[in-house]
Amino acid sequence: MSPEMINLIAASTGETLYMVAVSALIATLFGLPLGVYLATSGKGELFAAPWVNRVLGLIVNATRSTPFIILVVAIIPFTRLIAGTSIGTNAAIVPLTIAATPFIARLIEGAIREVDQGLIEAARAFGATPLQIVLKVLIPEALPGIVLGLTLAIVSLLGFSAMVGAVGGGGLGDLGIRYGYQRFMPEMMLAVVVVLIVLVQAVQSIGDRLARRLNKRIRHA
Amino acid sequence: MNAPLGYIGNTPAQRLIPAQPIVRLEKVSKTFPGRDGQPVTALREIDLTVPQGSILGVIGRSGAGKSTLIRLVNGLEKPSSGKVIVDGADIAALPEAALRHARRSIGMIFQHFNLLSSRTAAQNIALPLEVAGYDKADIRTRVEELLALVGLSDKRNRYPSELSGGQKQRVGIARALATKPKVLLSDEATSALDPETTRSILDLLARINEELGLTILLITHEMAVIRNIAREVAVIEGGGIVEQGNVFEVFTRPQHEVTRSFLADESGRALPPYVQSRLTSEATPGSQAVIRIGFRGPHATDPVLARLARDLDIEANILSGSVDEIAGRPFGTLVVGVPETSVSTTLDFLKKHGLDTEVLGYVA
Repeated sequence: MSPEMINLIAASTGETLYMVAVSALIATLFGLPLGVYLATSGKGELFAAPWVNRVLGLIVNATRSTPFIILVVAIIPFTRLIAGTSIGTNAAIVPLTIAATPFIARLIEGAIREVDQGLIEAARAFGATPLQIVLKVLIPEALPGIVLGLTLAIVSLLGFSAMVGAVGGGGLGDLGIRYGYQRFMPEMMLAVVVVLIVLVQAVQSIGDRLARRLNKRIRHA
Repeated sequence: MNAPLGYIGNTPAQRLIPAQPIVRLEKVSKTFPGRDGQPVTALREIDLTVPQGSILGVIGRSGAGKSTLIRLVNGLEKPSSGKVIVDGADIAALPEAALRHARRSIGMIFQHFNLLSSRTAAQNIALPLEVAGYDKADIRTRVEELLALVGLSDKRNRYPSELSGGQKQRVGIARALATKPKVLLSDEATSALDPETTRSILDLLARINEELGLTILLITHEMAVIRNIAREVAVIEGGGIVEQGNVFEVFTRPQHEVTRSFLADESGRALPPYVQSRLTSEATPGSQAVIRIGFRGPHATDPVLARLARDLDIEANILSGSVDEIAGRPFGTLVVGVPETSVSTTLDFLKKHGLDTEVLGYVA
């Protein structure tokens, strides 16, 4: 493999990591409160607002059912508004964030719903406010599940980021398509796939290990 | 009685003052919207008072409404009608913020402990104090006191998954006592524990009642819990209280069918199987009447059968019997068979001696 190729791969890996990291961060910032709210605003729950819950649920589902490549194209005007341009790595972060936010919200909703209802009852019984219940009971208790959810979301974002080559987003997926596929360089394709496998493995095992460390439900030897 | 109940201002002398009710339920009803639109009545017209410093046990089968009842006391459920007065305040009428404040003086423990798995024993106990806004130093001292009180000082840094069921419930009790409540609600707190652990948890609750003067309202489906710890008992069935009184009275003279069925498993009340299987409700010539005799308090040790034989020449056949202690007082039960022809003389004789009698049936 030539040094140019290695440089290309390194640069693309950097772009992918940048896009995934920034979009995962922003999506978590929005997705965490959204997920907590979805998990606590149903009928008879802490912040009961069944109609708001239903409408938010619909929006989340609609966003999640839009194929990513269509989302990328469809929101180009919005992307231009936010990022100032519709092409390039920074521009790609906008659709990645928008796709990941509802996904993360659903994963966090699931993790929060896993928390034993008895804990909410106990916290209410000793006089905790709904906000205190969220911050001191639900999120800490759901943390291992939240970490696993975020791990899954980051792995999915690595996959999504391969598609933003369509708007000049760059990254490993783009490299694989342009060199490996269009220029008939199978070794480049192979290299891209190998790097992606390593990245996914690394993210997954870090996430698993962190979740296990945080999970006090299981006895540690 | 304005001094806060807790570790101070609660000398035995104060406890001798005629007990004021600290919890009072007045004509409380609760209906839930049912699945098919028909409202389901969980509680109807409940009147219940819990005197300050007492231990009152509410016993009932599952679905009798006892869980709803206990949740009304700290406002986790709102009554459909009626009043729930705790320490002078109508819990049902309090706005949310005032209710949260009132809950700090009403501790609660649960069947499944409901401890946070992500917090250690000490951190779990600290949680109600953090929520109430205590400062860090105060929390630390208070948590140490509580750990010592429940005998878990050496387990302060253990997570609930590293503790046994009994230890988890001790953490639950310490957590419930953290904000120095006046009332402790116990929701089937020993139902998930083995008999020996149950015993030790009940002993702890009795000690807390004694030492801190804490009023305890507990619900259970086990008569043994009532007998071991409660002074007052209320029997709940179909959303209503069917019988209520001090434990000795209710145990020795149960009035309601449900109470009797709860007591049936208690020692001395169950008939031996060979009698039970042959029991009929009609007397036939030559059959024997099976009579249960209850000996209460001073009569518990009377040699009444010997007198029956000597004075009336009636020979009673002993089928089963036991002498027990309920709420600190001796209580004996004897099941005897007497010839069907001398039933009325026997009953008269026993009643004259101040004994409780009940004809259970006849065996050929």
